[in-house]
Amino acid sequence: MNIKSKLQDNGIFVFLFILAVLYIFPILVILMNSFKGRFFISDTPFALPDAQTFVALKNYVSGVAKTGFFPAFGYSLFITVFSVAAIVLFTSMMAWCITRVKSKISSLLYYLLVFSMIVPFQMVMFTMSKMANILRLDNPIGIIVIYLGFGAGLSVFIFSGFIKTVPREIEEAATIDGCNPIQTFFLIVFPMLQPVFITVAILNTMWIWNDYLLPYLVIGSNYRTIPIAVQYLQGGYGSKDMGAMMAMLVLAIIPIVIFYLTCQKYIIKGVAAGAVKG
Amino acid sequence: MQTMPKRYYAFFTVPTTIAFIISFFIPFLLGIYFSFTEFTTVTNSRWVGVSNYIRAFAEDRDFINATIFTAKFAVVSVVLINLFAFLFALLLTQKIRGTNVFRTIFFMPNLIGGIVLGYIWQLIINGILYRFGVDLTYSADYGFWGLVVLMNWQMVGYMMIIYIAGIQSIPIELYEAAKIDGANAWQILKSITVPLVMPAVTICTFLTVTNSFKLFDQNLALTAGAPAKKTAMLALDIFNTFYGRNGYEGVGQAKAVVFFLFVGLIVLMQLYISRRREFEA
Repeated sequence: MNIKSKLQDNGIFVFLFILAVLYIFPILVILMNSFKGRFFISDTPFALPDAQTFVALKNYVSGVAKTGFFPAFGYSLFITVFSVAAIVLFTSMMAWCITRVKSKISSLLYYLLVFSMIVPFQMVMFTMSKMANILRLDNPIGIIVIYLGFGAGLSVFIFSGFIKTVPREIEEAATIDGCNPIQTFFLIVFPMLQPVFITVAILNTMWIWNDYLLPYLVIGSNYRTIPIAVQYLQGGYGSKDMGAMMAMLVLAIIPIVIFYLTCQKYIIKGVAAGAVKG
Repeated sequence: MQTMPKRYYAFFTVPTTIAFIISFFIPFLLGIYFSFTEFTTVTNSRWVGVSNYIRAFAEDRDFINATIFTAKFAVVSVVLINLFAFLFALLLTQKIRGTNVFRTIFFMPNLIGGIVLGYIWQLIINGILYRFGVDLTYSADYGFWGLVVLMNWQMVGYMMIIYIAGIQSIPIELYEAAKIDGANAWQILKSITVPLVMPAVTICTFLTVTNSFKLFDQNLALTAGAPAKKTAMLALDIFNTFYGRNGYEGVGQAKAVVFFLFVGLIVLMQLYISRRREFEA
């Protein structure tokens, strides 16, 4: 490596470093302001807290109390974990079945599911939330059914794409050895799907954890998830508590950062794989 | 396994199918039906023909304004997001220190939800505008560019990952051959990298167009349409028509059907263009 290209590489490094700092800057501003008094935030968001403006954890205490953050965290976690588990289990079953059994029903189901991916949520939001209400699905357990229905399109699509590349001889051998389709799926196919599980699980986790409108319409009046709790602070026409808002934004970001840093490798791979198939 | 006994077929397909019918299929059909009726709940609808569609466009300019705003926003953000994402991907595929750390940082905003993102940027943008004595509600232009900046911050990392995968799949021999032939960096970029990442461009354009068109959470949190609904995009305008005004549920549903047709048209165009490109290649 000669001197010129070394200089060039250092230039790129410095440029990327500045960009990275700019990228993190908004989050640092929020973190900093979460320790400032509520009246010192909007006007001077870029000023560091000082003796006059520093309030320690006061914003966190009032934010948590006002929005019910801990129950919200619990609902978000419960709904995300069980919806993703249901989506991964049931849509992989469905995808395998309709990919392997060629029939009119199979292709009808497949095309309906793919079609649902392009329909904007606003098209069905009113009728769907009324339907959920009539069928008593308007609670943290019922909403799992709704998420299964809405997540089915993309998830079946990704699973099917992968299953098509898996040779069917292994499954045929299992059938000859006396496995029924349920045994074949859970003992033979299910373990082979592992790489796609990660993609499907991560894409759905990112969607459901951050989803605002669907849970707001279906369960929002009785149960607040984290996005609903944050939006709730905005309130109606009254002045909002900026201190509590900053603290809630930080609390909303912390679980995401932890999740991201622990599963970073899978997330980036999963996103790339999901996009290529989508 | 070309066939399967019916009870097994049912075992595999029924759970997802029932959930799909309840949460999507019936609401979708009802949605189309209700767009031709006047209703406040699902049980008291009255057939009114196409009058909801006429009211959606003729009664006020909200829907037309939202369509124009959304289209402008989609064009600007698609171009900028893809330019930046491609540039980032190019820089991160050079052999330099810390590419993994940079990639991690650039991707992170993508995991933060739209509502949270909206309030983060509301604080930042208002903080800057405050020095000039205005805020986001002062002019629709501020809201527009605020949304563009926000969307770039969120989506560039995601698209960058896809472009990186595209660039890394280009065989290294092509670059070596070009260097031996005496090509400079610009020629290599123009004649090798860009043509060979076109599949990634197709995917990224598709994702950014549909995401920009369907944007809701970020719009609600950043401006909520202020000033005077001028920064309300299609999804937010439909939401406000449904839940903000009594007796407008039918109009809201008609707007939603039109919105669906817009998105459907864009997807079909995209598919057509990418099919043709693959056919030529």
